[in-house]
Amino acid sequence: MGTEEARHLLARAGFSTPRLAEIDADAGLTRQQAVDRILRATRIEARTPPPADLGTWIPPYRLREMSAEERKLYQRAQVERGLALKGWWIGEMLATDSPLTERMTLFWHNHFTSSLQKVHSARLMYRQNALLRRHALGSFAELLHAAAKDPAMLIYLDSAGNRRGQPNENFAREVMELFTLGEGHYGERDIKEAARAFTGWSIDRDSGEFLWRPFAHDDGAKTLFGRTGDYRGEDVIAILLEQPATAEFVVAKLWREFVSPQVDAAEVRRIAAVFRSSGYQVRAALREIFLCGAFWAPENRGVLVKSPVDLVVGTLRQFDVGMADPMPIAFLLRNLGQDLLSPPNVKGWPGGDAWITSQTLLARKQFLERLMRVDETRMATAVMARAADPQKPMARRFLQAISEIQFSAGDWLGAYRGREMPRTLQTVLLATAPAGDQAPAGEGMSLLRAVVADPAYQLK
Amino acid sequence: MKRREFLAASVAALLAPRLAFAQDAYRRLLILVELKGGNDGLNTVVPFADARYYSLRPRLALKRDEVLQLDERTGLHPALQPLLPLWQSGELAVVQGLGYPLPNLSHFRSIEIWDTASRSDQYLGDGWLGRAFAASPVPQAFAADGVSVGGADLGPLGGNGARAIALNDPESFLRQARLANPSGAKRNAALAHILKVESDIVQAASHLNGNTAFRTEFPRGAFGNAVRTAAQLAANPAGIAAIRLSLGGFDTHQNQPGPHARLLGELAAGIAALKSALAEIGRWDSTLLLTYAEFGRRPQENASMGTDHGTASAHFVAGGRVRGGLHGGLPQLADTDGGNLRFSVDFRSLYATVLERWWGLDAARTLGGRFAPIELLKQV
Repeated sequence: MGTEEARHLLARAGFSTPRLAEIDADAGLTRQQAVDRILRATRIEARTPPPADLGTWIPPYRLREMSAEERKLYQRAQVERGLALKGWWIGEMLATDSPLTERMTLFWHNHFTSSLQKVHSARLMYRQNALLRRHALGSFAELLHAAAKDPAMLIYLDSAGNRRGQPNENFAREVMELFTLGEGHYGERDIKEAARAFTGWSIDRDSGEFLWRPFAHDDGAKTLFGRTGDYRGEDVIAILLEQPATAEFVVAKLWREFVSPQVDAAEVRRIAAVFRSSGYQVRAALREIFLCGAFWAPENRGVLVKSPVDLVVGTLRQFDVGMADPMPIAFLLRNLGQDLLSPPNVKGWPGGDAWITSQTLLARKQFLERLMRVDETRMATAVMARAADPQKPMARRFLQAISEIQFSAGDWLGAYRGREMPRTLQTVLLATAPAGDQAPAGEGMSLLRAVVADPAYQLK
Repeated sequence: MKRREFLAASVAALLAPRLAFAQDAYRRLLILVELKGGNDGLNTVVPFADARYYSLRPRLALKRDEVLQLDERTGLHPALQPLLPLWQSGELAVVQGLGYPLPNLSHFRSIEIWDTASRSDQYLGDGWLGRAFAASPVPQAFAADGVSVGGADLGPLGGNGARAIALNDPESFLRQARLANPSGAKRNAALAHILKVESDIVQAASHLNGNTAFRTEFPRGAFGNAVRTAAQLAANPAGIAAIRLSLGGFDTHQNQPGPHARLLGELAAGIAALKSALAEIGRWDSTLLLTYAEFGRRPQENASMGTDHGTASAHFVAGGRVRGGLHGGLPQLADTDGGNLRFSVDFRSLYATVLERWWGLDAARTLGGRFAPIELLKQV
C-alpha cells in the first residue's frame, strides 16, 4: 500500500489520526491483507472494566414516592454515575487495541439512540453500550432484535406505554424511519399497524427488565406492507428485515461514515445485496466498503469532517497523552457537540458539515492549542485546582485532571528523527495537503502546532 | 458565489421590478424561538369552550377556570401568565392553525420543512433566511446576517447563503475568535465549509463588542441565558438581522403536564424579559419575535398521560409593531384529518409576513411561490 494508503485505511477505520509506528507496520501489506487484519482482530467486549458503581434502576413510581430531598440526592448521584460512565467509555476508546470496535459501537449508539437524559440510569445505558459492542461487527439482524427489546431503548422510546386500545407510536415510527427503512419507504398506516403489533412489550416495573404483557397486547389482525396477520413486535422486525430498503439504508449510512458524504447509489445497492445475502453480517458490509474503488479514490481523501470523538480521541492517542482521569474529556466532547450517551434526539448527531459551526470550530481549536501548551499552563492549572471552591468538587476535579495531563512533545517528535520533514509530519497528521493561507513551517514544536492548527486537521 | 450564479443574480436583479427594499430594513430585527420537539398547541392556546377538547383529553385537558381567557372561547395555559401584559398592551398576536399540506410527522423531516420553507415533498438544502439573505444581502458592515444562540445547528440560517454564527455568549466568542484562520484552499466541500465558518467568525468578531448593562433581570437557566445573549446582540451597534433561540423538551409523549407547564413558564418568562430589555435600549419597536416548531401534537391524548406527534399548531408573534389579537382559524376538533388537526394558515404565510411586511423583500422568490402575508403588523 505504501505510507499514504496505510494511513488512509487506519484513519478511516480508527480514530482519524494513526501513529507513525502503526502506519509503518501496515505500509508493506496489500489493501486486502490490511483490511482483513483490521476486521479479524475486533473485540466484542471492552478491555477496561466498567465503573464500579453503576447504581440501580429506580422505577418512576418509586421516585415519586421519595421525599424531595431523597429525590434530589438520587438524581445528583445519577448525574455523577452518568459522568463516570462517559469517562469510562472515553477511557476505553483511548486504551483499546480494536479502534474499529469502538467506532462501530459509537456508530450503533448513533443509530439505536438512547439518552441518559431520558433513561436516567447509568446501569441501563451501560448494558445497552455492551450490547452494541457485542454485535458491533456481527449480525445487524440480531442487533436489531436485541436493541428493540433493550430496557434503555424501551424507556427511551416509550414502549412501556404502548398498550392495546391506546397505542403509543413512538417506537413503531422510529424503528422504520431511523433503524431500518428510512423515510419514504413506509406509510402512516404501516406505523399505526406496527404500533399495535408492538403492544405488550413492556418493562418489569421493579427490575427494569423486558417483560411481555399478553394482556396489553392487541392480538387483532394487522396489515402492513401489504400483508396481514396477528403480528407481534418480533414479526414486524422480521418483516422490516425482509425489505430490501433496510440493507440499503444501513449501507448508505456506513458509506457516509467511512467513505464520503456523496453516496454512490449503484455501489450501495451492490454492497447492500452482499450484506443481505451474508445474513446481515456487518463485517461483510465493511469489507466491501473498505475494498471498493471509491474508498481508495484520491478525490475522497479528506472529504469527511472529523467527529468530536475522532478529533479528541484521535489526537490524544496520536500524542500518547496520559490522562489519569478522562472526566474533562466528557465535558469537552459535550462542548464540541457530541455529548456521549446523550445524543440530541432520536435521530442522533447529524454529523458531517454540521459538526462545524463557529462555536464548535473555535472550541476545537482551543482544545488543540491548549493541549500543545499544556506544559506552559500546568503550574497555573494546579494552583487553580488547589484554590478551587471546596463546595464545588467537580470543578476541582476538572482542574486537577487537566493539571495532570502528560504530553511530552520532545519524546513524540523523537520518533521522527531521520525522517523527511515537514513532509512526514504532514503525511501522518493531515488527510489532505495543508489548506491554510500559510503552509505550516518551522521546526519541532512550532511546526507541530502549525500543522494541527491547519484547517485540514479537522478532516479525515 | 460562483461566477455563473453571480451573473444570473445580476441579470435577475436588473429585470426584477424595483422593490421598496432598502438595506436599512435589516435594522429591523427578527428573533425566532424554536420550541424543539413539537409543542402541544392545544394545551398552549386552549379551546376551552369546545366540549370535544375535554372528551379527547380526559386527563390532560386544562379546565375552563384554570386557563387565562383571551376571549369567550380561547385561553392560554396558566404558565403563560408572564405574557399577559403583552396581550393586554396589544403587542402579542396568537396565530392558530399554522401548518402545511401533506404534513410529515417525523421530527426531523418536519423541522427541515419549516427551516427550509419547502413543500412537504420537496427537499431544499438552505434555510429560508439563508435564501432570503443570499437574494437580498444584509449590509457588509453588519456583524453577521444571523446568530443562533446556544445549540450548534443553524436551522433557518443554515446553508451557504447566510453569514451565520452560532455562539453561547459573546464574550467567550470574542476571546476564542483569534484562533480563526480566515482563508485558504477550498479543495472539497468539507474544507470549503470549514473555511467559510472561519471567515464568518473573523467578520463577526471584528464587529461585536462588549457588554451592555441591562436593568432587566433575566430568568435563570439555559433559556434565560440565551435571552440575555439575544438582548446583548440586539444592543450591538454593528447590526444583526436575525437571532434564533431554542427551547427544547416539547416532545411530551409521556407524563406531559408537569414538564409542559415548566417549559411554557420558561418561554413566557424569557419573552417577557426580552421585551423589557429591548424596551430599555429602545429596540422593542424594531423587533419582531416569532415562535415556531416542527408540529403540534395529536388532539387525542395517549395512554401515557402524553400526546403523540401531530400537525397544525398555534404560535406567538410579539413586538412593538405587532397588531395583537387572535389570528388564523380555531382548531376544528370535529373535522380532523385522521385524528390530526387541519391547518388554516400555511406557515409560509407567516414567513411572507416577515419577508414582505417586516423587511420589504420579495417573499415569493424566497418561498418559491406566493403566500399571502398575515395582517399582524401595524404600518412599518
